[in-house]
Amino acid sequence: MKEKCTAVVISQVQLAPGIYDMWLETKLAGSAVPGQFIGVYTKDKSRLLPRPISICEVREDKKALRIVYRVAGAGTEEFAGYKAGDAVEVLGTLGNGFPLEEAEGKKVFLMGGGIGVPPILELAKRMNAEKQIIMGYRDSQTFLREDFEKYGKVYIATEDGSVGTRGNVMHAIAENALEADVIFACGPMPMLRAIKTYAAEHGIKAYISLEEHMACGVGACLGCVVKTKEKDHHSHVNNARICTDGPVFEAGEVEI
Amino acid sequence: MNTEVTLAGVTFKNPVMTASGTFGSGMEYSEFVDLNKLGAVVTKGVANVPWPGNPTPRVAEVYGGMLNAIGLQNPGIDVFMKRDIPFLKQYDTRIIVNVCGKSVEDYLDVVERLGEEAAVAMLEINVSCPNVKEGAIAFGQKADALFNITKEIKKHAKQPVIMKLSPNVTDITEMAKAAEAAGADALSLINTITGMKIDIHRRRFALANKTGGMSGPAIKPVAVRMVYQAAHAVKIPIIGMGGIATAEDAIEFLLAGASAVSIGAMNFVNPYATSEVVDGIEAYMKQYNIEKLTDLIGAVQE
Repeated sequence: MKEKCTAVVISQVQLAPGIYDMWLETKLAGSAVPGQFIGVYTKDKSRLLPRPISICEVREDKKALRIVYRVAGAGTEEFAGYKAGDAVEVLGTLGNGFPLEEAEGKKVFLMGGGIGVPPILELAKRMNAEKQIIMGYRDSQTFLREDFEKYGKVYIATEDGSVGTRGNVMHAIAENALEADVIFACGPMPMLRAIKTYAAEHGIKAYISLEEHMACGVGACLGCVVKTKEKDHHSHVNNARICTDGPVFEAGEVEI
Repeated sequence: MNTEVTLAGVTFKNPVMTASGTFGSGMEYSEFVDLNKLGAVVTKGVANVPWPGNPTPRVAEVYGGMLNAIGLQNPGIDVFMKRDIPFLKQYDTRIIVNVCGKSVEDYLDVVERLGEEAAVAMLEINVSCPNVKEGAIAFGQKADALFNITKEIKKHAKQPVIMKLSPNVTDITEMAKAAEAAGADALSLINTITGMKIDIHRRRFALANKTGGMSGPAIKPVAVRMVYQAAHAVKIPIIGMGGIATAEDAIEFLLAGASAVSIGAMNFVNPYATSEVVDGIEAYMKQYNIEKLTDLIGAVQE
């Protein structure tokens, strides 16, 4: 059940330049699963649309959600100023989660790149598998690293080579001679394309989380589509809605 | 209190409708809103065959509104008849189907198919989408082209016909009169206003289509003005829309001369907007002791 409701900020800290970590007390946490996202509304009514932000973590008692987001414009800049006790309008929970059952008992790559790192955390927490967590960052600001170390072996790649492998997550796989039966990933499009190619070459499945500019977030506006291999069930034109048919897709199903 | 309105012989329980393209066929928002509460659901545009729409990005936010260039992605009339109509038939609300096409023949195909379906109360003809290259707006920006397609559709339509007008014209009254003269049973306006946004950091257009249709509260004064002008130029009823967020906004359109109103982009912002507008109109009628909603239509005083 989706709804728009008021959440309350429990805490907010800055994790790295431009990267913020906010816990929200909200009933949306009750049904949230890893891979889903929420829409967060600004208080400034000149900015109308909810900002789609992935769920980073769900509190044990299912009464609070953690979002880790990057300031990308005036809307997220407003969010960065929120303090404990502030009320914030949210829409959710949106989209479908990662298929956890596909990982059961297998050797898995959990991959995140940049602001694609946060949604992998709750996934790592809930997954019952041999987890190899591979994270890509620009530089030494390796936010959430300590959180991930609780759930599996962590490999880091940085573009500037300041931590771990110099380069991207694919370089980290090669350098450490890692192997997997299945991949779960979120990150920038070049990373997801590389993962799609890697998965196809190795004959394994990769579940990737996509992003796109959105308006409604609930599947009505048809703003956030991705080209698909097969006909989509909504419009039958090989255009799936990222917000409701995704955001997680098996890489072989989408033309990216 | 009586909130009923009648347009071209079709009675609606209240004047609150959904603007085409912002509400799908009601399925997505039925999780938020009781569709039985609405005067009508106006569907997303449907063509004779599936349309893939435009490349992404298709949407962008602007001050007080948004731009879209979806390009009328739709599954085509076959899927629509099998899936969307039976879904909507479960509810006690009127069904208005928005029809789009690239040629006159495309429109007629869809109009004829819909003629078989008695549950469809009215047809709304989209001759005003700014985001597709062929058809659509080409029929809606010149009075003679609008006259011709309206006349052609009226010959084939079993249901009353609403022509949806574009605001991207020099004189809205000329367009309204042309549609009326060709036999249109009602008008709906305004469709989106063509706009553009440029991302200065990437030095690129915000939309893949470069231009998009602007909607949202920022366009409301333009829409109210055009509804007022059109209402004074024609005798056929008008469905007013453009940036309606609240019951207060809706009442402005009614006072300007609209017989019904549609909520569009604000569904994306507040998924409960349609339901809240229904409640708010009733509260306003109570506050001012208005017995019949129709007493509000065109009731603005000079």
